[in-house]
Amino acid sequence: MANAIEIRALRKSFGRTVALDGLDLEVRAGEVHAFLGPNGAGKTTTIRILLGLLKADGGQAVLLGGDPWRDAVRLHRRLAYVPGDVTLWPGLSGGEIIDLLGRLRGGLDPQRRQALTERFALDPAKKARAYSKGNRQKVALIAALASDAELLLLDEPTAGLDPLMEATFRDCVTEERRDGRSILLSSHILAEAEALSDRVTIIRDGKAVETGTLAEMRHLTRDFVDAEVARPADLGGLPGVHELTVTGTVVRCQVDQAALDAVLGRLHQAGVRSLTCRPPTLEELFLRHYSSERTTAGVPQ
Amino acid sequence: MTGFAGTGQLTKLAFRRDAGILPVCTVGIVVVVAVVARDLKVLYPTEARRLALVQTAGGNAALRFLYGRLEGTSTGALTTWRFGVWAACMVAVLAIFVVVRHTRADEEAGRLELVGSAAVGRQAPLTAALLTAATANVVIVLLACLWLVALKLPAAGSAALALAIGACGLVFIGVAAVAAQLAATARGARGLAIAVLGAAFVLRGVGDTGPAGLSWLSGASPLGWVELVRAFGSAGEYWWALAFPLAAGAALVVAAFTLAAWRDHSAGLLPDRPGRPAASGFLRGPFSLAWRLQAWLLAGWLAGYVAIFASLGAATKGVGEIFSTSAVLKRYFLRIGYQHTLIDAYLSAVMLLAGLGAAAFATSAVLRLRTDETGNLAEPVLATATGRIRWALSHMSVAVGGAGLLLAAAGLSAGLGYGILTGSVSTQVPQLLGAALARWPAALVLAALAAALFGLLPWEATAIAWGAVALVAFIALLGPSLQAPAALMDLSPFTQTPKLPGGPVAAVPLVWLCGVAVALAVAGLLGLRRRDLGDLGPSYRSYRGRIHDYLVDYLQLDQDASRH
Repeated sequence: MANAIEIRALRKSFGRTVALDGLDLEVRAGEVHAFLGPNGAGKTTTIRILLGLLKADGGQAVLLGGDPWRDAVRLHRRLAYVPGDVTLWPGLSGGEIIDLLGRLRGGLDPQRRQALTERFALDPAKKARAYSKGNRQKVALIAALASDAELLLLDEPTAGLDPLMEATFRDCVTEERRDGRSILLSSHILAEAEALSDRVTIIRDGKAVETGTLAEMRHLTRDFVDAEVARPADLGGLPGVHELTVTGTVVRCQVDQAALDAVLGRLHQAGVRSLTCRPPTLEELFLRHYSSERTTAGVPQ
Repeated sequence: MTGFAGTGQLTKLAFRRDAGILPVCTVGIVVVVAVVARDLKVLYPTEARRLALVQTAGGNAALRFLYGRLEGTSTGALTTWRFGVWAACMVAVLAIFVVVRHTRADEEAGRLELVGSAAVGRQAPLTAALLTAATANVVIVLLACLWLVALKLPAAGSAALALAIGACGLVFIGVAAVAAQLAATARGARGLAIAVLGAAFVLRGVGDTGPAGLSWLSGASPLGWVELVRAFGSAGEYWWALAFPLAAGAALVVAAFTLAAWRDHSAGLLPDRPGRPAASGFLRGPFSLAWRLQAWLLAGWLAGYVAIFASLGAATKGVGEIFSTSAVLKRYFLRIGYQHTLIDAYLSAVMLLAGLGAAAFATSAVLRLRTDETGNLAEPVLATATGRIRWALSHMSVAVGGAGLLLAAAGLSAGLGYGILTGSVSTQVPQLLGAALARWPAALVLAALAAALFGLLPWEATAIAWGAVALVAFIALLGPSLQAPAALMDLSPFTQTPKLPGGPVAAVPLVWLCGVAVALAVAGLLGLRRRDLGDLGPSYRSYRGRIHDYLVDYLQLDQDASRH
């Protein structure tokens, strides 16, 4: 099956600020793809290019087999979008906006609209100006989820939702995925991406720095080893061991996957009393990518 | 008092935010008063001429409704009559916009929440808004007074007229401050305050024209208090009458502070009606959305148009008599209307006014595109199966249709106003309807200019488009009086329209004005198709950088020509 989104070496600058600097991104049909990065990394710019609102300076973007700039209207019938910062017409009610967006897109399922309004506990008769940020977010989410779009572009969709609604949102995404829809989920909430996504792309300074399934990414990274041993263990000289601390008989370190076997061997020789070895959370993957080069991020050249 | 902590900082902020618009409006109002005062001095140089005017204008009910009672025969008294009430209206509108902009509008946008979390007193934002508006008011009073004295009008009368206008501004500062507490939205607050101003105008008009038993109505209206001061009056000024507006303004300000202390942040005191839980069948696409969003605004404009142009039409009957009082005025009107008979010249000038108003509405409707683009309201529509061109056309259709509706309303109501009084409805209505609609293409040229700017030069579109409207209004209204050169006059599309009623009916200029409008609109749409959309304003790029980008983008200076 063809990819829902295929981006190659995409570039976009605003004046002298480089927003996208050769981005690669691939969302396969039917998958939930998390698009992670800090504020200002280029997530929203990417989505706006995919929506045909911005014109790329270079590279290639293919959306549902079409050109997002040239074929915008035709493609938009097949996708639904939830912006990160939802702005609504203050004088229209939530219900009116849901219906309007649905009709503009080419129709929405009244039963799904009804069910989703109930699930998200939205009062559709309120005027948009009276909604909180979370409720505005719900309006956009219901409008998107009630459509029969094959691709959902969600830009930080849970930013204003409370934990209960966030759980509802996760249930919905899981159902959508079961129905075979493709989803691009831009987020900086890692737990959300970890819980929902099949594959992940991490973007920084307009470039994809890591992409793959979580399992693949963990393969590329270090496991966290935490052990208590009977005799002092000598791990110092081993290649692939990082940030080693030895406090008496307690050993903590990060180990490249390739070096894991050797490390366990040494620990075994020292007599293991307790051992935890866990893959990094997305949080830790994230920190590794951002904390080291933080100072150069987001500064216009 | 801790309630007012931070007022100084907020006032400074307000002045900084209004650094461009406030001086322009302030000076603009003074210039209008100045030009009128100067014109009257030139038009009616002798006591005999003025007496003739007073006798005819004083007897005309429609003119009394529009301008108020005429007290005395001096140039100063004529100035007071012709522009006292109207200058007070302009000062009031300015006060309403300034106060609401710095109170309810900021609160609605959430900016005051951020400000309120700092060490800022609860009353500080309202106080800062009041100080800003009051400062503009004081500047207007001083400049107007100086100008009137410079025209060699009596100092006491000059001061009285300027103070009466300023005091009325003060009342509406208070009205706006209270309205900003009552309504939960800036639009609601402005609407409420403008409605009070409209009611004040009608009260005064009825009081000035109705039977003697109703003349107290005018004394109940803040605009009537401007007349009550009797600036330049033959029996001397009634200084005590300034106590009414000062007391009312103070009472309203106190009421606003009391309400502000009492209510919750971001809450209004008027109930917000719930909407429909589901959209009606009407709200189907971008066009119905655009019309729905502008419906209330257009309805307000239409109501104002019907009231104003019915009055101006009804006033036609007395116009011939007034013109006969001044040869210079006759020449002036014949020049502005390019007519041979005075009635036609007057009506043609009235229809020009209708055209300018319609141009302003159409420009604002087109610029709504830019507001929606930068306010993230275009994004949700454009992410659906709505193309950019259709989205742009949806708002442009409101500009075209709205301008047409306004001009039709102006023609109809002026025709009825004049026709009913003279028993010639069946001839006046079609004639004035046609005369009004003849200004439609010229109004659309200005709206199309806004569309072209929106597509090609979005960052400057709002400023240049409104600048063009202001320039055209200046040329059309003051150009003939200042004897502007023909080259300048020709810049205005309204100079090109046939001078109806009375002038020769010519279709050619209308066709080519339409052609210019279409060409500008198409240029705008082509630009829109090529450019990036979104809030990409000066915040991220230097001015020079933007010009560079513009050249690269539109003059095809880019190296990578094959990118799409």
